[in-house]
Amino acid sequence: MKVKYFAWVRERIGVDEEIVEPPPAVATVADLIGWLAARGDGYALAFEKPGVIRAAIDRAHVRAETPIAGAREVAFFPPMTGG
Amino acid sequence: MTVPVTIRIQDADFDIAAEITAMTKGRTDIGAVVSFTGLCRGIEGDDTVAALTLEHYPGMAEEEIQRHADEAIRRWPAVTALTIVHRVGRLVPGDNIVLVLTASAHRQAAFAAAEFLMDYLKTNAPFWKREERSGESRWVEAHSRDDAALARWSKD
Repeated sequence: MKVKYFAWVRERIGVDEEIVEPPPAVATVADLIGWLAARGDGYALAFEKPGVIRAAIDRAHVRAETPIAGAREVAFFPPMTGG
Repeated sequence: MTVPVTIRIQDADFDIAAEITAMTKGRTDIGAVVSFTGLCRGIEGDDTVAALTLEHYPGMAEEEIQRHADEAIRRWPAVTALTIVHRVGRLVPGDNIVLVLTASAHRQAAFAAAEFLMDYLKTNAPFWKREERSGESRWVEAHSRDDAALARWSKD
């Protein structure tokens, strides 16, 4: 699946998107955050407070407990500050 | 009748009068237009802000605003046209950031829908502001007052 990062999540990780293949045990958005956080220091820093991170699957907001099965694009970003 | 909805995300500035004209042209059913414009503020507390840089999630930002627009039309069926324009990129104090135009036959629906759309945009549309002040650049943190502004719409 494609994973996209925005704002300070993107800056801490150092890339704006990448293709990842998590193992089947990674079932939910929260699981994916935990799995990504173990990929390196930048990831660990980006996801150090998982409760702050917002997520979207295929361009729609989702919660941490949402399953990721079938997702084409998962995005992680801080709380939004537009308008 | 399908309510015409215009949604744009752009680097360029917008012309409020031209947007209103475009929305109302050829229409005789519109009796009220409410316009909200958000501007880049150069003063934040005791600090001076030199610039803001707006980042967005292309694709999702448009879709999320469309979902907000659909919800506004569902809540206020008297709304007869909507225009939402959001700028991205680097903006300096005094620059326009966002425009929300709502139209209806009578003013109440247009006022309410405009306020609703702005409260939703602030907390749910995937945009992020980076602020330059005191020679430093940092991401703007989300305000709890924006969450509180949003929460009041879920009471009814």
